[in-house]
Amino acid sequence: MKITVCIGSSCHIKGSRQVVEQLQFLIAENKLKDKVELSGTFCMGKCQQGVCVTVDDEFFSVSPETVKTFFESEVLNKL
Amino acid sequence: MRKFDTKVQYLKYKVLREVARQAWAERLPVSAIDIPKTIVPGKTPTMRCCVYKERAILAERVKMAMGGDRSNPNVIQVIDIACDECPAAGYEVTDSCRGCLAHRCEDVCKRGAISFDHNHVAHIDKSKCVECGQCANVCPFTAIINRKRPCQNACKVKAISINEDNAAAIDDQKCISCGACVYQCPFGAITDKSFILNVIDMLKKSESNTKYKTYAIVAPSISSQFSYAKLGQVITALKKMGFHTVVEAALGADMVAKSESVELAEKGFLTSSCCPAFVDYVGKNFPDMLPLVSHNLSPMTTIAKYIKQRENDCKTVFIGPCTAKKAEVQKESVKPFVDAVITFEELQALFDSLDMDITQFEEDVLDNASYFGRIFARSGGLTDAVAQAIREQSLNFDLKPCTCDGIEACKIALLKKRKNVTDANFIEGMACIGGCINGAGCLTHGEKNKAEVDKYGREAYEKTILDAVSVLQ
Repeated sequence: MKITVCIGSSCHIKGSRQVVEQLQFLIAENKLKDKVELSGTFCMGKCQQGVCVTVDDEFFSVSPETVKTFFESEVLNKL
Repeated sequence: MRKFDTKVQYLKYKVLREVARQAWAERLPVSAIDIPKTIVPGKTPTMRCCVYKERAILAERVKMAMGGDRSNPNVIQVIDIACDECPAAGYEVTDSCRGCLAHRCEDVCKRGAISFDHNHVAHIDKSKCVECGQCANVCPFTAIINRKRPCQNACKVKAISINEDNAAAIDDQKCISCGACVYQCPFGAITDKSFILNVIDMLKKSESNTKYKTYAIVAPSISSQFSYAKLGQVITALKKMGFHTVVEAALGADMVAKSESVELAEKGFLTSSCCPAFVDYVGKNFPDMLPLVSHNLSPMTTIAKYIKQRENDCKTVFIGPCTAKKAEVQKESVKPFVDAVITFEELQALFDSLDMDITQFEEDVLDNASYFGRIFARSGGLTDAVAQAIREQSLNFDLKPCTCDGIEACKIALLKKRKNVTDANFIEGMACIGGCINGAGCLTHGEKNKAEVDKYGREAYEKTILDAVSVLQ
């Protein structure tokens, strides 16, 4: 599974660093490092919906507050 | 609205803008021949002796705007017919000499080059004069002046000489492409080659970023440019022009500060490697000291490499204040990551070639880097960032920096290091006085620019280097 977080300017000021940090933590906590690849990209073209995140090309709008629920429903549940 | 410092810049801009217009309309190269007459219509000369000479020079400027002589790798070139063959006689006594009694000029001249005629007026014997300038310094009437060409005055690496036709000539073996002569020549006879056509071609062929994405990487000195609009409006304009997105080169600077501080702590001594003109200067004048230059790629190349490694087939365009960056991209170590380099001057021409009134645009955001990455744009910023990176990573290293701006200061620091008569263990080398904010490709060079960069730095969302780079892992 590949999770891509937008680290472009717009998402960055909406908290993409916090989203990345929490995802890194959650992936490590659940020992998923060999199953989940986390990467960054500059701009997905949907700046209004940031923080933009894709899971294997499926798009999600995430924020530092919702990242835990997102991880549980879209990552943990689907592995 | 003042966009440029000088009318020479304005003339260069008009050529670039027209070349760009023709390129967008796909009329080049056929229409290139008509551009001089578009810029200088009619029969009344406004710059030179006649409109025909004006147009002949403009034709050369058009060539430079279209990439110039490709057989010569130097990005800085003389337009010999534009050179006004300025006086270059060196120190001369002018009419202001009052034939005084003190004769300070004679006393101070160690070479005995000064003599006096029957009116006590001083004369300089050119066969004895070594151009030290002491006589000019002591004359109470400032009657002695140094007639030197502005290009030669500007060139601190002494790469400019006068050829057999009395025009300026660049020694490409010595030139470090800093662009000082380009900015200083009052006739616009020395200019940097432009790669705007490559950029226009890249943007067109991307078909609105569907075939591939084109990334703009902007230098932090942009904060002191385009002062008639908001930075956010410039970002909007770049996207409207066809860039997929805009990324701060300053984020590359954060990455460099992080790794350069580690390299410094390991090796115990380093010079910076961010300024391509400085690195070229070391290579050409202090080749024995090249191993002391940081092995980091420049911030531009570092961030471009990051982007290219994550996305196949994308394109990157660096937009900055620097002519030497145009030379940097020719290096094998840089070429794979940066597809083209243009200056702020050229970006202004691109905006206007599309008749964009950027002051009417909504504001987009640009925020990737920390305060420290952003202040790389001014002298001393790199050193501050390395000091910060040492603190943030708790490195055990006592930083003793020597901050050099301008080639003369760099030269002194390098000579001291070579002779081991310096305490400094880190040399920040910047070819331009004041740092990148005074680069030759800037639209304006002003006193307030440093303050603008610092202000822009403080506005960064991320306050530390490690926070800024943490998203990249």
